Amino acid sequence: MLVVTNNEKVRAVYGSLCPLQFVDGGHVDVLKTVRDLVHKGHKLLTHPLAGSVKPNETPFRSVALTEETGSVDMESLELIEGALGMLRQFKPRFQRGEDAPPAMREDFAEIDFRLIDGAIAPQLKKGE
Amino acid sequence: MRLELGEIHISDIKLGDCSKVENGTLYVNVEELRALLLEDEDLASVDFEVVHPGESVRVIPVKDVIEPRVKVEGPGGVFPGMISKVTTVGSGKTHVLKGCAVVTTGKVVGFQEGIIDMTGPGAEYTPFSKLNNLVMICEPKEGIKQHQHEHAIRMAGLKAATYLGELARNLTPDETKVYETDGVMSGKEKYPNLPRVGYVLMLQSQGLLHDTYVYGVDMKRSMPTILNPTETMDGAILSGNCVSACDKNTTYHHLNNPVIHDLLEQHGKTLNFVGVIITNENVYLADKERSSDWSTKLASFLELDGALVSQEGFGNPDTDLIMNCKKLEGAGIKTVIITDEYAGQDGASQSLADADAAADAVVTGGNANMVIHLPKMDKVIGHIEAADIIAGGHDGSLNADGSIDAELQVITGATNEMGFNKLSAR
Repeated sequence: MLVVTNNEKVRAVYGSLCPLQFVDGGHVDVLKTVRDLVHKGHKLLTHPLAGSVKPNETPFRSVALTEETGSVDMESLELIEGALGMLRQFKPRFQRGEDAPPAMREDFAEIDFRLIDGAIAPQLKKGE
Repeated sequence: MRLELGEIHISDIKLGDCSKVENGTLYVNVEELRALLLEDEDLASVDFEVVHPGESVRVIPVKDVIEPRVKVEGPGGVFPGMISKVTTVGSGKTHVLKGCAVVTTGKVVGFQEGIIDMTGPGAEYTPFSKLNNLVMICEPKEGIKQHQHEHAIRMAGLKAATYLGELARNLTPDETKVYETDGVMSGKEKYPNLPRVGYVLMLQSQGLLHDTYVYGVDMKRSMPTILNPTETMDGAILSGNCVSACDKNTTYHHLNNPVIHDLLEQHGKTLNFVGVIITNENVYLADKERSSDWSTKLASFLELDGALVSQEGFGNPDTDLIMNCKKLEGAGIKTVIITDEYAGQDGASQSLADADAAADAVVTGGNANMVIHLPKMDKVIGHIEAADIIAGGHDGSLNADGSIDAELQVITGATNEMGFNKLSAR
């Protein structure tokens, strides 16, 4: 499993557990990195729009993909392009985590962490 | 299964030193209730306010809304797995304090959301403006984690609703409604010519602040399963979901699910309501595939002719919604989906994050991006500064005169995807 994130909290926990690509940027930058990886043949394992916190509200995003590559997975491509389209439709409120007030930043980071943690922790335990 | 719902109509709530229901007024012993709730070590304080329909009051941010109920006959107790033991509920007799609710507020996380206005244009968009509400302002102890905080407020709301529901135990209901369901075989024998219809109830289950509990089980850890429709009326499904005020299903919604009520109303007349399939909305894509496969498998197993699917939330759950719809239709089950829209402030953008030609029968709860102006209220309960940081709000949402300009999504229940709304285009 390969995790792409701009959330330090996710890096702190998962950096040593699985391959992790840290993006020094905003939500859109994470999705663009994921899109590029999908084009290189990685498949999405988690939904790029996880959470009901609106995609343009949270500055943090963590997405899990397969570590191995194959031919381009069209379903993954549709999902990631759809997510990028959503961010074009709704202009992000915070470009980067630093733009959000500290208390909100902490909450957004915690929720992003819990969403990805809930999704991938059971998979890592299974050794996938 | 047969459930009698005995409704005791409540027209007022008064705070005092004795808890009872008398002549349609719910009296609440504040000190007794507070002492009960403060047994939770994570809560620093609980304060109470009563708000009535038509008053110039704004409650913000709302976490949950809960209707007080008590089981008076039959197995189990209300809110099984959380308050009562896990015994299967949904039969016997339950008393309901109708016309009132417990509303929990307090800052859950930095961007918490959800407005209930008791008068003005905002009141038209939320069904909870028509209730007498006991508002509980719950503040946590310093330093507790977000998940402990969510748990503390969730449990405080359930405990208070249970405490109030108990007051109805020995009362004679003003009105009694009877809900009766059939087994798979007996329904088929009784109504051989009616279409077999099921309800696929999607439950938010993505993680912290996005969870739903069924008999105490976190729904993201469960496979889709089947409920008898009346189980929901005894609180089998509870909201632990704090996010997306306009289209989250509060516990009140689950107790009064209008899809279930309408299908039961038509049961044996125009259709045979076979049962409720509950499924989840997880983050992991394989979970989505598995759950939509299973909800379809269960629907096929029940030999449904038609299905209604209701969603909770927006974005990622759109994928689950469309997967459910596509697979049900693919199995030959005619499907109607109930959702809401994020079509931009002008309503011109694509409404859902996912789509498919199989989704050709859609009921919408409205466009959550529509901008509304909420005039100043004389009184604000909770944290008004939340208006600036809630979803659908933006810096400057809260005007100097106390009014708010924001998207419809700030209002609790405004675009509910069970169709529990007051306004329609009809």
